[in-house]
Amino acid sequence: MKQFFAFVKKEFYHILRDGRTMLILLGMPVVQILLFGFAINMDVQHIRTAVYDPSQDETSRQIVQRITANPYFDMQGEVYSMQEIQDLLRRGDIDMAVVFDEAFQTNLVHSGKSQIQIITDASDPNLGTISTNYVLAIIGQYQQEMMGLTGIPYQIDIKSKLLYNPEMISAYTFVPGIMGLVLMIICAIMTSISIVREKERGTMEVLLASPLRPATVLISKTIPYLTLSFVNLISILLLAVFVLHVPIQGNLLLLIAVSILFIFLALALGLLISTLVRTQVTAILIAGLGLMMPTLILSGMIFPIGNMPQPLQWLSALVPARWYIAAVKKIMIEGLGFIYVIKEVSILVGMSVFLIVFSIFNIKTRLE
Amino acid sequence: MITVDNLRKNYFSDKSGKFAGIGKENGLSFEVNDGEVFGVIGPDGAGKTTLFRILASLLLPDSGSATMNGIDVVKNYKQIRRIIGYMPGRFSLYQDLSVEENLRFFATVFNTTIEENYDLIKDIYQQIEPFKTRRAGALSGGMKQKLALSCALIHKPDVLILDEPTTGVDPVSRKEFWDMLKRLKEQGIIILVSTAYMDEASRCDRIALMRDGQFIATDTPQGIIDAYAETLWAVQTENMSTSLNDLRSCSEVLSCFAFGDKHHITVEHGFTKEELSGFLKEKGYRNVKIEAISPSVEDCFMALTKD
Amino acid sequence: MSNNDVIKVSGLTKKFGHFTAVDHISFDVKEGEIFGFLGANGAGKTTAIQMLCGISKPTAGKGTVAGYDILRENEKIKRNIGYMSQKFSLYEDLRVWENIRLFGGIYGLNDKQIADKTEELLTRLKFEDQRNAMVRSLPLGWKQKLAFSVAIFHTPKIVFLDEPTGGVDPAMRRQFWEMIYEAADQGITVFVTTHYMDEAEYCNRVSIMVDGRIDALDSPSALKQQYDAVNMDQVFRKLARKSTRAE
Repeated sequence: MKQFFAFVKKEFYHILRDGRTMLILLGMPVVQILLFGFAINMDVQHIRTAVYDPSQDETSRQIVQRITANPYFDMQGEVYSMQEIQDLLRRGDIDMAVVFDEAFQTNLVHSGKSQIQIITDASDPNLGTISTNYVLAIIGQYQQEMMGLTGIPYQIDIKSKLLYNPEMISAYTFVPGIMGLVLMIICAIMTSISIVREKERGTMEVLLASPLRPATVLISKTIPYLTLSFVNLISILLLAVFVLHVPIQGNLLLLIAVSILFIFLALALGLLISTLVRTQVTAILIAGLGLMMPTLILSGMIFPIGNMPQPLQWLSALVPARWYIAAVKKIMIEGLGFIYVIKEVSILVGMSVFLIVFSIFNIKTRLE
Repeated sequence: MITVDNLRKNYFSDKSGKFAGIGKENGLSFEVNDGEVFGVIGPDGAGKTTLFRILASLLLPDSGSATMNGIDVVKNYKQIRRIIGYMPGRFSLYQDLSVEENLRFFATVFNTTIEENYDLIKDIYQQIEPFKTRRAGALSGGMKQKLALSCALIHKPDVLILDEPTTGVDPVSRKEFWDMLKRLKEQGIIILVSTAYMDEASRCDRIALMRDGQFIATDTPQGIIDAYAETLWAVQTENMSTSLNDLRSCSEVLSCFAFGDKHHITVEHGFTKEELSGFLKEKGYRNVKIEAISPSVEDCFMALTKD
Repeated sequence: MSNNDVIKVSGLTKKFGHFTAVDHISFDVKEGEIFGFLGANGAGKTTAIQMLCGISKPTAGKGTVAGYDILRENEKIKRNIGYMSQKFSLYEDLRVWENIRLFGGIYGLNDKQIADKTEELLTRLKFEDQRNAMVRSLPLGWKQKLAFSVAIFHTPKIVFLDEPTGGVDPAMRRQFWEMIYEAADQGITVFVTTHYMDEAEYCNRVSIMVDGRIDALDSPSALKQQYDAVNMDQVFRKLARKSTRAE
């Protein structure tokens, strides 16, 4: 144990004495939060849509058909209660629900006025606005065509309801994403670099030739980065709440617990990389190309996963940050409890166990 | 005591892009006795580092075995790591830690403290102690070397394995370093040391001359010198650079190499100094000095590696 | 002051903060001379060479290298010198001929010149069969010989060699020095540092740096006489013992 603490102390010296790296590590989340805090306009496709149509008449069916035929929408089928819609949205199975008035056509014909409600998951605000606009366009066109045929100005009143993020604050989307990215970079990249640096400078050779167990070396390497990540996690949350005014809707402890799980996973990934490469440059390249890019692109942080071609969607399932970001969105923004993130948490646990076992298996007691 | 038996290791070297290793033709076998300084002497690429890494339990041999005080370096590598002090070719210190922090860290790694074994390192460490708060990266070559040695010694190892500790170090610091090794040897520590500087051979009790992964001779320095069979002369003339080629043009001169301010030449049996002197006079040299000398280890190495 | 001094410096000084790495050194090196630049680790040799090569700006002092002012004409100096060190000399992952062509190109030789000289160089080194070999696959001694040839490929006025023979095997080390002699015979001035004291004997003149100053400068035989020593190793030890620089 004494060896372990001496090692951890040494690691802290390394980090604290490298001022520039420290600045980057602690400054990065701040800069990124501010950078990504701006909304980016994006084209949205494959909006998973469900329909609740209690009236089941000709007009409503025609509208449903038009939505179904539109390439932007993936029709998931019909549902039969508002509760079902709530559940589907919560579970993230659909992005949008279209709800018709109970006597849609009758109302339209008799009073010239009827109602459609669009409910979207606006915790991804782009998806929310854009899908609403698409539906508005489709219905608007339908109305015009009807007017041309019948000459009667039917009025379809559209009400859109944004769930979870009624103010459409776009920072909401990015805060979980940045948490995923920053924790991944600090834990995985920095840990692997710090181990590989010892290989490069020849100190690993001395450590290997000592009674110190290689596993002790690796595990004590992770402690300082775990601490740093925790500091970052807290600073991101503080920035989110007090600067971007993104409230934490759910349980703070649950959020932190899931984050620590993700930190462990990233550390394990860092250890794995470090056991596979020999130079810092390779470590940075692998971590950069192998972790940064997928985390940025495939995690759903910037581009909604639903819009990706199927192969990329499968690939994205392998990106740990995807599950972490999904879980954070649910907990932090939608205010959901543990049972709603069981799937994400289980996947993250599975991945961590696999990575830790694999990297411990990979630890070498000798030089290659 | 170290026993090495028929050791072989061939591997593909990323560095040179071809196969390298030791014991390709004949596996390496040798013994080092308690309290002995054993020097492995050879140029870069001879296989010194590979051999030392195997002995330090950092590489697995393809075949053969090695034991230190009866402990197998492959099977019982954990025990080996407790009894050896290892200093790799590069100064393997933490550049951003201070002198004292480095030493304290390595002491803890070996489950000991500076205070516990201070006696052993006192001689060496006292020379750098005035700078104990300085970062290791800011030390000069000679001082880094002293710190690295202190770190390798802090746990009182039975065997000290030093891979080219004096490479790139100036002659004065090198001499100091060998003086330190001498004092350590008196404490009963087995010292295995490699070097590319032939003139350091005489500081070892026994040496192995190494080239292309093979030992080409193993003996005491004097034994190596005694085994030298050629007639060796040192020649001085007023123009050393032209006389080098002129000497080589003499048919009785077998080899001729510059050695400092003299040329060392080997000659056919029966050739006399007077004959050589006459030959050089004919070439126009007036100030010719020729004397028979006993060879240095470097002469021996060159004779043994002559193609 | 003769015109064939290729290096001429006086009062050359370099300070890093409070630390004076090079302390008012003055010396001349003649054309075609082999000049040994010795000193203990940390005596200031590397810093001095950097100033002479135009890489580092002196804090004080003046001088010329290859006829150019070290303060104002360092770009011209760089074009007229060759440089080789133990650490960096050739690109390990390029082939032998690729390295030669690259360095020929860097020093502004045209394709024809490069092609002709490459053939000549490979023949002289007996390297014809290694033309396509990766540099990293060559033994160290061969690499250093090749690196030296490349450093003088553009026939510079001076070539700076920073510990060129460290770790090289004894026979190769001597072949290397024979190449240095040949270069000197062609009029190329050789400025060399080494930790092998037998090599100091091969130099026409030797300077020994102690604590940033040049404490001795003469031919090896004169130095041995002056310090009552049998070889340069003893001369060096007597001088280096005076060092008070704590590093």
